[in-house]
This record gives sequence, C-alpha cells and structure tokens, in this order.
Amino acid sequence: MSGTTDKPRSFQEIILRLQSYWAGKGCAVMQPYDMEVGAGTFHPATTLRSLGSKPWAAAYVQPSRRPTDGRYGENPNRLQHYYQYQVLIKPSPPDLQELYLGSLRAIGIDMEMHDIRFVEDDWESPTLGAWGLGWEVWCDGMEVSQFTYFQQVGGHDCHPVSGELTYGLERLAMYVLGIDHVMDMPFNDPDAPIALKYGDVFRQTEQEYSRWNFDVANTEVLLRHFEEAEAECKAILEQDHNDPKTGKRIIMAHPAYDQCIKASHIFNLLDARGVISVTERQAYIGRVRALAKQCADAFVQTDAGGAAA
Amino acid sequence: MPDLLIELFSEEIPARMQSRAAADLQSRMTDGLVEAGLTYAGVAAFSTPRRLTLTVQGLLAESPTVKEERKGPRTDAPEKAIEGFLRGAGVSRDDLEVRAEKKGEVYFATITKPGRHASDIVAEVLEQVIRNFPWPKSMRWGAGSLRWVRPLHSILCILTDDAGEVQTVPLEIDTLIAGNTTRGHRFLAPNTVAVTSFDDYQSKLKRAHVVLDATERADHIWQDATNQAFAAGLEVVEDKGLLAEVAGLVEWPVVLMGTIDAEFLDLPPEVLQTSMREHQKFFSVKNPKTGKIERFITVANTQTADHGATILAGNQKVLSARLADAKFFWENDLRVAKSGMETWTDSLANVTFHNKLGSQAERIDRIAALAREIAPVVGADADLAQQAARVAKADLSSEMVYEFPELQGLMGRYYADAADLPNDLGQASEEHYSPLGPSDVVPTAPVSVAVALADKLDVLTGFWAIDEKPTGSKDPFALRRAALGATRLILENNLTLPLTPVLARNVQNAQAAAQRHWLDAARDNNSHQGGVLANWIRGRSDPVPADPASFLGKIKEVAESLKGDNHAPEEVTQIIYQDLGITTADASMVATDLLSFFHDRLKVYLRDKGIRHDVIDACITMTGNDDLALLVKRATALSDFLKTEDGENLLQGFKRANNILTQAEEKDGVEYSYGADAKFAETDVEKALFKALDTGEPAITTALKSEDFAGAMAAMAALRAPIDAFFEGVQVNTENDIIRRNRLNLLSRIRQICLQAADLTRIEG
Repeated sequence: MSGTTDKPRSFQEIILRLQSYWAGKGCAVMQPYDMEVGAGTFHPATTLRSLGSKPWAAAYVQPSRRPTDGRYGENPNRLQHYYQYQVLIKPSPPDLQELYLGSLRAIGIDMEMHDIRFVEDDWESPTLGAWGLGWEVWCDGMEVSQFTYFQQVGGHDCHPVSGELTYGLERLAMYVLGIDHVMDMPFNDPDAPIALKYGDVFRQTEQEYSRWNFDVANTEVLLRHFEEAEAECKAILEQDHNDPKTGKRIIMAHPAYDQCIKASHIFNLLDARGVISVTERQAYIGRVRALAKQCADAFVQTDAGGAAA
Repeated sequence: MPDLLIELFSEEIPARMQSRAAADLQSRMTDGLVEAGLTYAGVAAFSTPRRLTLTVQGLLAESPTVKEERKGPRTDAPEKAIEGFLRGAGVSRDDLEVRAEKKGEVYFATITKPGRHASDIVAEVLEQVIRNFPWPKSMRWGAGSLRWVRPLHSILCILTDDAGEVQTVPLEIDTLIAGNTTRGHRFLAPNTVAVTSFDDYQSKLKRAHVVLDATERADHIWQDATNQAFAAGLEVVEDKGLLAEVAGLVEWPVVLMGTIDAEFLDLPPEVLQTSMREHQKFFSVKNPKTGKIERFITVANTQTADHGATILAGNQKVLSARLADAKFFWENDLRVAKSGMETWTDSLANVTFHNKLGSQAERIDRIAALAREIAPVVGADADLAQQAARVAKADLSSEMVYEFPELQGLMGRYYADAADLPNDLGQASEEHYSPLGPSDVVPTAPVSVAVALADKLDVLTGFWAIDEKPTGSKDPFALRRAALGATRLILENNLTLPLTPVLARNVQNAQAAAQRHWLDAARDNNSHQGGVLANWIRGRSDPVPADPASFLGKIKEVAESLKGDNHAPEEVTQIIYQDLGITTADASMVATDLLSFFHDRLKVYLRDKGIRHDVIDACITMTGNDDLALLVKRATALSDFLKTEDGENLLQGFKRANNILTQAEEKDGVEYSYGADAKFAETDVEKALFKALDTGEPAITTALKSEDFAGAMAAMAALRAPIDAFFEGVQVNTENDIIRRNRLNLLSRIRQICLQAADLTRIEG
C-alpha cells in the first residue's frame, strides 16, 4: 500500500484514471451506449453480456438519465442527467474486492486515512428481471459504489456469475475533490486556459430538461412511443432466425433490446410527468420486464450468448 | 482429547445475519459430530463481518467402536437367503452364531463398526454443513457452483491434541482446501497468519486488529461512546439494535464523536435520530439538560495516523447533506401543515390502500364514520373524533414520512401542532397506530382511543370483506396484530362496545368500496381486472354498467354466455368473482366469522393472563359474546370461582347432575324440564336443596342481569353444600317413578341455573 497518492484535480481526471486503471486490469474500455438509459446496467455490454457462458470484461462511462431526479440544477447533488462508471467481469475474479479497492487508490483515496466499508445492499432491477447480492461501498460514511454479484438477469440464472461495479461519478468525484455543490466541480484542469466547471457544462441543460421532463413532454406521444417500442421489440423477436436474404442464422437480440431500452426510458419520462398511477406503475414495469426477458431469451441463442453454433 | 478450530473466511457477511449464522454453525457442526459418535466438552461460536468461527474443546480423538447384532434367516433356510444375509451384513459364515428360537435355529451376525478418526468425521460433517448452510439468502460467484452468503475465500480447520500437536483436517470443497491460516484486518493487517489453537488464533487476530467476539466489540463501542459523550457533558441515546448492527460492520471498532451543524439542531429529535440511524448508522448524543440531540457517534473500522480526523470530517459532510434533505422536507411539510393540510388529505385519494379496497382517502372516510360512531362509547366528542380520524393519516402524504415511514404518526403530531389544531387531534395522530405489539402502551385519551379502534376495526373488516384472512403463518396485513390491538383497546379502557353491529356495518361499507373499485377497473383498460372485464363486456358490445347491482347482473350474463359443457353458469360466475376479488358473502356472516377471529385473539390474550382456554370457551357460547369487556368479566369471575374449593366442587356437582340427567333423558327420550315440585321431596337434604335453589336462583339471575358476575358466582357458591349433600344422601334413580322424575327435574333446574352463568359443560376436568 502506498501511503500517499497524488490527488486528481478535476472530474475528467477521475474518469481518465478509472479508464486507465481498468484498462490496465484487462478490461475492454468501451464507449457509452448511444441511447437514453437510466443506469449503466442497461448498456448491452452489461445486461446482455452477463448472460451465457462466454467470459467478458468491460469498463465504460455511461451517461444516465433519471427524469424524476431533475432539480433545475439547484440541488447540490441531484441531477436528471449524470454519469455512471461501470465495470463488468465474467466470471467474477476471486480478487474483485481487491481490484475494486485498487481503483479507489487510483483516484486518490488513501486507505490509510479513510474508512472503507462493505455494507449489505442487495440489488434488484424489476424492469430487467435481474437481481444480485453485494454491498454498497462506504467511504467515511458515504456510498461511493455499488458492488454486485449477478445471480439472475432477464429471468436467466447467471452461469458463470458476473461481478458488477457501479460508481456514481459525480458523487464520487465531489468527495475526492472536496466539492460541496456539483455545479462548482472543475470539469477539466482548473489551471487550463479555458477552465470549465460542471455547471458551465450542465447547469443550463439541467434547467431545460427539468422543465421538459416535468411539465412539457407530450404524454400522448410518449404513451404511443411506448406502445410502438413494445410492439417493435416483439415483432423483431418473432422474425424467423434464418435471414431469407443472406441465408444466415441471424437472431436480432440487440435491435430488439434497443426497443426494450427505449420503452424503459419512456416509462421513466411518463413517471416524471406524473401520469402513471401507483397500480399502473407495476403493470408498466411488468411490460418492460417481459421485453427484457424475451431479449435475454433471444440473446442466449446467439453466438455471443454462448449458444453452441 | 483434541480441540477443534474452524474458521470460514469470506467477503463481508451482512451484519444482520452474523450472530444467527454463528449459532447455526455451532448447532449443525455439534449435531453432526455427536451423531457420528464424537462427543465434546465445550463449544463456542463467533462472528465478524468476514468470518464465522467455531471452537470445540475436548473432542473425542476417534468415535467409539460400535457393535450391532443382526438377526438372520433360520439355519434351514435356502442357501440363497443365507448368502444374501451374509452379503448384507458384510460378514463371513464363520462369524455367524446359531441360537435356538421358538421357530427353530436362527443365524445371528455381530457387525463391528470400527471407530473413525476425528479428522475424517470433522471433514465429512463440515462439508455437509457448508454445502447446506441455512443462510437467509445465498449466492454463487465466479464459475463455481458452491453457495455461500458472499464469496467464501478460505477454510481454516485444525485439530490440536493435548501435546499441542496440530493437524490440518483434510477437506476439499470445490476449489477450497482447508488449511491452518487466516488473515487479519482487511487494511491494517492483510497478511496470512498460521495458527495452532483457538487461544493462539484469538490472540493473533487481536494483534492483527480483529476483535473476534461480537459482544466484546459491542461492549467496547458502548463504553467508549458513553465515555466520550460523558467527557463532553452529554449522553448517548441507547439503541441496542443499532449497537448490534454496528458491531457486525467492524472488526476493529474505533469510536469517533462528531458535531451536528447548528442549522439542524432545531429539527425534531426523532427526525435527527432516525435520519442518522437509518442512513449513517450513527448513534445520537443528546444534551441531558435540554433533551436536544447535539452530536453523533460513528464507529469506524480502522485507525488512522490523524486519529480519525479525515474520517470524521467525511462523515460529518455526508450527515450535513442528509440533514439538509431532512430540513428541506421538514420546512416544506410545515408550510403545508400551517395551511391546513388539505393538500395532503386530498392527495390521499390518489394513494392506493389495497387494490381491491380503493384509496387511502376512501379508507379514511370509513375510519372517520366509525370513529364518530364509537365516540360516545369512549366518552369522546363525536365531531372531534371524526375530525381526528381525518387528520390522523394526513402525514402519510408528507415528505418526511415518505422518506422515513417509521415516523408516521409522530410527524402527524408535529404537523397537527404546527397547524394549531386542538391537542386531542395531535395526540390522536401520534397514538392511533398503538398498540402495535402485545407490550406496547394502549392509548387512553378518548379521541385517540376512538381513532385507534376505528383504524383497526376498518382494517379487519376491509380484509374480511375481500376474503384476505390470515392463514397459518401468513398474515401479510398484520391482521392478528390489529385484532389484538383492538381487543386491548376495548379491554384496557373497559369499553362497552358490542362488536357485531359495528363489524357488520363496516363490512358492508368495505364491500361497497370493493364494488366501486370493480366498476372503476371495468372502465380502466390498463388494470388487469379492467382488461379482463372490458374484453368480456366489449366483446358483447355492451356499455359498462354504472352501478354495482347491474354490474353483478352483467357478470352473470357474461357467465351464462361463457359456460362450457362442464361448467354451470354459477361455477363460471364464481371463477369470475374470484378473479376480480368480488365477494358477495352476507355481511353479517362475515362479521360473525370476524368475531370468532377476535375470540381466538382473546384466548391468546387471556391465556397470558392465566385464564384457561376452556374457561373462555364456556363464556364465549353465552349471549353478549360480542361485548369483549363483558365476556372477559364473565371469564375472569368464572376463572376465579373455579379456583376456589366451592367452585371446584360446584363444578363437580354440576357435572354429576348433568351426566345423570343426560343419560336419563337419552334413555327415556324426554326432556326433564317441567319443573320439580317441592312436595315430592322425601328427605331433608332434598328439601334443603329446594330451599337453596329457591333463594339462589333469583339472586343469581339478578346478579347476572346487572352483569355482576362475581356476585353471581358467590350465589352459586352457596349452592355447593346443598348439592353435595343431595348427592351424598339421595339416590336419583329410585324405584318410585314419580320421585325419580321429580328428582331429574330438580337436576334440570340445577343445570339451568348454572348454565345461565356460563356453559360449564365446556370446562375440562
């Protein structure tokens, strides 16, 4: 253990250090998925790749949207758009906890000065039909990560088990950098000729999206989009596995899963608009889960899903 | 005799599971060892966040040799049978013994099972224990199939003999091989350590910054916390549950005391305490002079060069963010409260209470009506009780209760006070959930009692109306607790409240709410029931009927059209009803069923007060059994009476009378209830009994009428001697038929008089 670690000075430096740390540990550093999602788990590099028998190791930043958390950029740590850092390794290596602690050291958290705790927190995603056991990791009483051993995804038992790490980047960075309000956090090097704070990048968008999410988004259009995404997902999966044009076996698990992601995000938007009653909520979640399960069923029949060719 | 040491070293075990797991490890291991013939002198189990440890002292070095005798076939049995027996017993023919038995000569085999080494047995038992460990929730990890609460990293399993010689038990489970090493604290001493005995293990762990014993960790935390608080003139708010949990989160507890920012000190102490406990697992530290919470205690799992300064600063920052939230909720809530809480009560219309019973607002309407009805019985003002019921659940819409559900009721009190409502209302908000458990305090303020009782009766009648009763160990809506709570409210406040009419009326109201709900569902395509119904009804291109009665009619029509070859329309209707959660049971039947549920709870309650179940049974069959206070008065008087000598003997006399009478009535095929005539009395004892009954009967009847059960029992006690003397001196079944019949009629009179007080036929013994 090295006693002193030089401290990062900006939000992006923390991201860069995590990227290079996990690249050094053999993860494929992937890019964010190009769709609106509520959490890094929705990235197919986690949801789909945690299924089946093929080994996998990936790390990536995922911009995540939670419309109901919008506070017009005024709350010191609540945002409707934020970043998660996600690591998924299958099978989970025996030293995953040590690897994780190494990543904290890499971003300047010195274990000799801080109190790191693994506190029980079981993870469940009703929309993905997924659950796992693990912890939230506390640093001096603050939750800095979620640590989960996936047991089931899309209704399928995970064999082998994936280890998933999720870092809430803004919160973690604020802690490491000693910042009280997220908008005051240096985004790039504070000594750069054009030094930008998080607020310079995101304050205005938080306002714009908060207004749209809560008051303007056209719910009729959203409801229709939800139905369409659901129908398209099912339609994709109902296609013959054998492509008549190429004559190849092509199961379209990923395009179908895109529609599932879309339905899930539209549901979140509808929820933020307050048009979904408590009883309906469960029904909508159930519909998204049904899609996620069908996508999982399709993926495990593909090559990447470990199906024998 | 060797000592055994086992340690199962894993990733962090949830705090709430640790002590139970240690106990399970101990009982399962020792059960398995003893079953295999290994007895021991002493045992103890320990847990930390990363390990379960078991030490067994004075274990047998090997299991004793066991001899077992087995009876075989007769000596003249077919050769095949004898060979089969030899194979089964694992012996040769020379080992057999021949014994003469009644049916001839028979072979006997003695099978000797040699003792086995402790290490073999331990390995076998431990493997079974690990593979079948009763974790509340377990998981797999990596590519393996072993299950544990979190990934299991190593197994330490050694036997140490009297000479100090250490043997590692040969055990391999999947990829894990048992050894003689462990690890210290995750950060302070992460290297492996070899150990030779339990004492060696425990002391090496301590040097490696691990306190093995959870009790020792808890004691240390509590002592250090109280000392630090004392030094600052403060005291720690006791919280045993939190202490146990925190002791399960650390291997090396370091107690740190921090301050709470001044801007949060005006929050209600319960809010501070709950927020700190739930989110941060902090203890609250209060100023004994003001009662205010001013500081917190956190327990770190490590010691640092700056004596925890960085850790404390971090914790303080997190706390400030949390309390800023709480303060935000509190201030928003106070604004709503001061403006009259209407926003909250209105919004409860959108909160579902149960999907078959409608919204919280509908439920509150029912509670308010019920509280109004009960008010005169408890001596509360009816308007006030009704208003209190409307206010009592308003805090369910507050932001604070949304964040901390356990503060419901208490926040209601703060908000009612902030709204300047009468004190009775605030008090009812706070108290109406009580009593929660059998030892919880029962409210006594009239308005609180009215609302608390109405709340519980509504829950019970509601779930009875939709046929969601508790079954076996399943009671998801805590209905047993509600019934016991209502019972205690009635009894401990000595309320005269016949339940049947109240229950029946409320069942009807709940059924009406359920009916409204199907109608709503029928108009709402999105709900499940709605979908099912709408399909039926739209399929017939009829509009959805507007009122429950024609709606039920419509269902019948649908059922008629759906009937198959094997199903009558009634059957189909029942299936639809079931699917929709519609009950059409008669409300008074439902109320009767619910009353017997109350009686069951009452039996449990009275049993704890030393009243036998048969005594209660004897009283439950009497009229007025829906007035629980009356019922208990009767049962208590009877119970006390039966404990006296007079009571015990009167009971015997009654039983004798009843037996003779029942037999005679059965034999003769008549009921001897014509009334006995004193002029046929032959003997003095008989005459004396007539006289005693003539005096006793009106006394007993009058006492019972005025519900003076003790008085009635005292009057019954006076009958004991004449009845005893009667049986002593008189034979009932005499030759003279007139006299016999008169005597039987006399017995009938005794029976009738006694049965007025209670159904003594149900008393055992």
